[in-house]
Amino acid sequence: MDLSSQQALPVTPQQAWDALNDIELLRRSIPGCESITATGEDSFDVLVAAAIGPVKAKFKGKLRLLDVVAPTSYTMQFDGQGGAAGFGKGTAKVSLSPIAEGGTMLDYAVHAQVGGKIAQVGSRLVDMAAQKMAGEFFENFRKVLEEKYPPAVEAVEAAPPAAAPAAVAAPGFFARLWAALRRLFGGGN
Amino acid sequence: MNAPAAGFIGQPVRRREDYRFLTGNGQYTDDITLQGQTYAYFLRSPYAHARIRSIDTAAAKAAPGVVDVFTGADTASVGGLPCGWLITSVDGTPMKEPKHPLLAEEKVRHVGDQLAVVIAETLQQAKDAAALIEVDYEELPPVVDPAAARSAGSAVHDIAEDNVCYTWAVGDRAATDAAFSGAHHVTKLEFRNNRLIPNAIEPRAANAVYSRSDESYTVYVANQNPHVERLLMAAFVLGIPEHKLRVVAPDVGGGFGSKIFLYAEETVLVWASKKVNRPIKWTAERSESFLADAHGRDHVTTAELAMDQDGRFVGMRVHTTANLGAYLSTFASSVPTILYATLLAGQYTTPSIFCEVTGVFTNTAPVDAYRGAGRPEATYVVERLVETAAREMKLDPAEIRRRNFIRSFPYPTPVGLTYDTGDYEAHLARAIELADVAGFAARKAESAGKGLLRGMGYSCYIEACGLAPSNIAGALGARAGLFEAGEVRVHPTGKVTVFTGSHSHGQGHETTFAQVVADKLGIPLEDIDIVHGDTGKILFGMGTYGSRSIAVGGTAIVKAVDKVIAKGRKIAAHLLEAADTDIEFEQGVFKVAGTDKEVPFAQVALTAYVPHNYPLDKLEPGLNENAFYDPTNFTYPAGSYVCEVEIDPETGVVRVDRFTAVDDFGNVINPMIVEGQVHGGLAQGLGQALLEHGVYDSESGQLLTGSYMDYAMPRADDLPSFTVETIKGTPCTHNPLGVKGCGEAGAIGSPPALINAVVDALAHLGVREVPMPATPHVVWNVIRGAGR
Repeated sequence: MDLSSQQALPVTPQQAWDALNDIELLRRSIPGCESITATGEDSFDVLVAAAIGPVKAKFKGKLRLLDVVAPTSYTMQFDGQGGAAGFGKGTAKVSLSPIAEGGTMLDYAVHAQVGGKIAQVGSRLVDMAAQKMAGEFFENFRKVLEEKYPPAVEAVEAAPPAAAPAAVAAPGFFARLWAALRRLFGGGN
Repeated sequence: MNAPAAGFIGQPVRRREDYRFLTGNGQYTDDITLQGQTYAYFLRSPYAHARIRSIDTAAAKAAPGVVDVFTGADTASVGGLPCGWLITSVDGTPMKEPKHPLLAEEKVRHVGDQLAVVIAETLQQAKDAAALIEVDYEELPPVVDPAAARSAGSAVHDIAEDNVCYTWAVGDRAATDAAFSGAHHVTKLEFRNNRLIPNAIEPRAANAVYSRSDESYTVYVANQNPHVERLLMAAFVLGIPEHKLRVVAPDVGGGFGSKIFLYAEETVLVWASKKVNRPIKWTAERSESFLADAHGRDHVTTAELAMDQDGRFVGMRVHTTANLGAYLSTFASSVPTILYATLLAGQYTTPSIFCEVTGVFTNTAPVDAYRGAGRPEATYVVERLVETAAREMKLDPAEIRRRNFIRSFPYPTPVGLTYDTGDYEAHLARAIELADVAGFAARKAESAGKGLLRGMGYSCYIEACGLAPSNIAGALGARAGLFEAGEVRVHPTGKVTVFTGSHSHGQGHETTFAQVVADKLGIPLEDIDIVHGDTGKILFGMGTYGSRSIAVGGTAIVKAVDKVIAKGRKIAAHLLEAADTDIEFEQGVFKVAGTDKEVPFAQVALTAYVPHNYPLDKLEPGLNENAFYDPTNFTYPAGSYVCEVEIDPETGVVRVDRFTAVDDFGNVINPMIVEGQVHGGLAQGLGQALLEHGVYDSESGQLLTGSYMDYAMPRADDLPSFTVETIKGTPCTHNPLGVKGCGEAGAIGSPPALINAVVDALAHLGVREVPMPATPHVVWNVIRGAGR
């Protein structure tokens, strides 16, 4: 399964980079994430509850950050065991670049593989599930960024996955209106 | 029901077992719940190929309701699951037989490979605890594609570095090569016989219990041959004395071969039932069945047919790579060899045939017998070649078959069988008539008017059933006899209980066998019960597979009935004060020939059990006989099938418009049951040709078709109303009923008929080959790719 897209973030590249290396912030952003524990430099144990189609399971996994080039890019390698439900593993290449209008563009490319019951009964649902999880992650991630860096930064709205041009909105009222509209029509959720 | 004037044999008697099946009163394994019942759940590998670094079951063992947890470390000391057929390679070496452990030991070798069992008070507790087992896997590269297995660079088993289990051959290679070098024309095809995943309505299930009071085990199991299960499990795996293990296969909801085999799960249950001293039940979930039942087919084949200028076959050469899966299942080694290559003569006089088969291990579920078992694959080779040859030789497909039909019997084939009898012209002629082949051109024109493509295809199949003469099977590597046993117990009132080693799981034995016995004894059907499926009741049995029940099991019963009659004749002679040789037995009455002195069967039975006036000096009391029957040859059912399809070239959808099946099953006991068997077989065969395909991801080894979302079973609206006729055929010459067997014919004969029809519809585009299954996507791509 391959998934790539980009996401505009309402923060500077350095702030985005800090956030991507902030365990607590990531924990709050990853859908279903129950814990992240650092086990060494750039390696973590994670516990995530996930549902793919009819298969629900808790995945115990390892995260490692490779090819770290601060503050612009890294590759996240993940390997999660869901016991009887199967496994998921793969890599996500993440890179950050400043946007001319302000804010940061996050590009990501995920290559993932699933096995066991997930692959057996949920294979045709994996792409959708992955897109949904990615959407939820960035929705959460944007929210926690907005909380952490509220007024000063020019808010930049998240683009929907699949590379629609990033919608750049004015801070404050318009951003909230746009977010409300998106929620109303189900986008990004 | 009293016998009709002509007797019960040949009558469409309604199935006696259907009342309980249709009213929900069948007793299946999962219906049986025992005192103190516990439930098992198997943890299965999510990886196709991985080394097990460690398994931690501590948390699972401590989980609520858990009775115990076992892994391969616990079961390693007992034997692996045996393979029942030793195949010897062309170089004289025996096939590679890696251990098939009950629970994976150092490695897992396919997705779904079982590596731990959790036994708990409830199924949910067992499942919850299984989620707590931590397995540390070291992933290894999987081997999936049989054609690439030899060069995969990754070995499924250490003892087979190139993943080759055996390279076996049959036929005269030199004579065949010579025939090819002098041939006028050679037709060559390359194709894959698609992998099938069996889907019985009832999944596999078992319930095992140990009794400390007499140190015996009982296992209820959804199985096709309980005595074989007992023999293999007791003697070859667990080391239990055979008489201390009772195997009961109660009502079984379909088998199609997938329930012949000795599987790990039921063996683990029996083993663990003593450890935990509680009954343990396991019923496969449907998704488990997809992963862990033995699959069928999966051949990659190159086949060539050499002809003279008149289209007479002079030689056939076949190279097949057969996917055996990750382990050798019970009969796996024999299916692509003995049961496949020996059928390559088909109905034809091809004088020299050579076939070489390489069986390979891959990281997929084990592959074993599935309805037809080797014979559908052989029929596909022969009938695709013949039909393609006809087109290339510009001969009518019926005509090329006629030119090559075997017409004198017995006929020894160049691949080791001797056909005892047959009349291939008779069923071909009848099929052509019933299918209205004469009207095909008009129907094709009509379809063309609607923008649709119509095609017609033949298939003239033969199969070898009634497995098997034990001496021949033994010479070919079988590690068991293939006879059948029957017992006829006449009660004092003249009622009869028949015990048969042939298990019924949809075939209607309780009716068919009773018809045979009722006719032989001249008593009503209601006076006869058929008992099967319990090693505690039945003296022995080799089970139901290979369309053998009536030909072998039925004959064993006939032999036992003959003994009953012979003894009855002596009792009657005493009662009637006549010589044994003067007693005739007819319509349930013993008579002194040429007189009106007679005594009915029931009175003879009563005399046997109340022997007040009885020749006790010469004869034992009682009337109970058993017999074993080992056939002298296989039986050879054959038939001609004609399939007509209509294809929408815009969508690739193939609609089976009409399907005609004319079979020669020799004598027929119950034509209604035979027709039902043919219908079921045709649905399975057309399912293979049109829809079903078991697919593993070539990179990861994951099963991509692991549910009904991705594995398409045929439904009623995928199939036409079949035209099925059993001709008054050629009775088998070597069993007393003259029967041949009908269970697999439909699945054997139909796939090439359908593909031949699809290719015929597309031939004008230059299409020569359409892979199975002919799904809309496949056909659409073939149409788009044609002529490029």
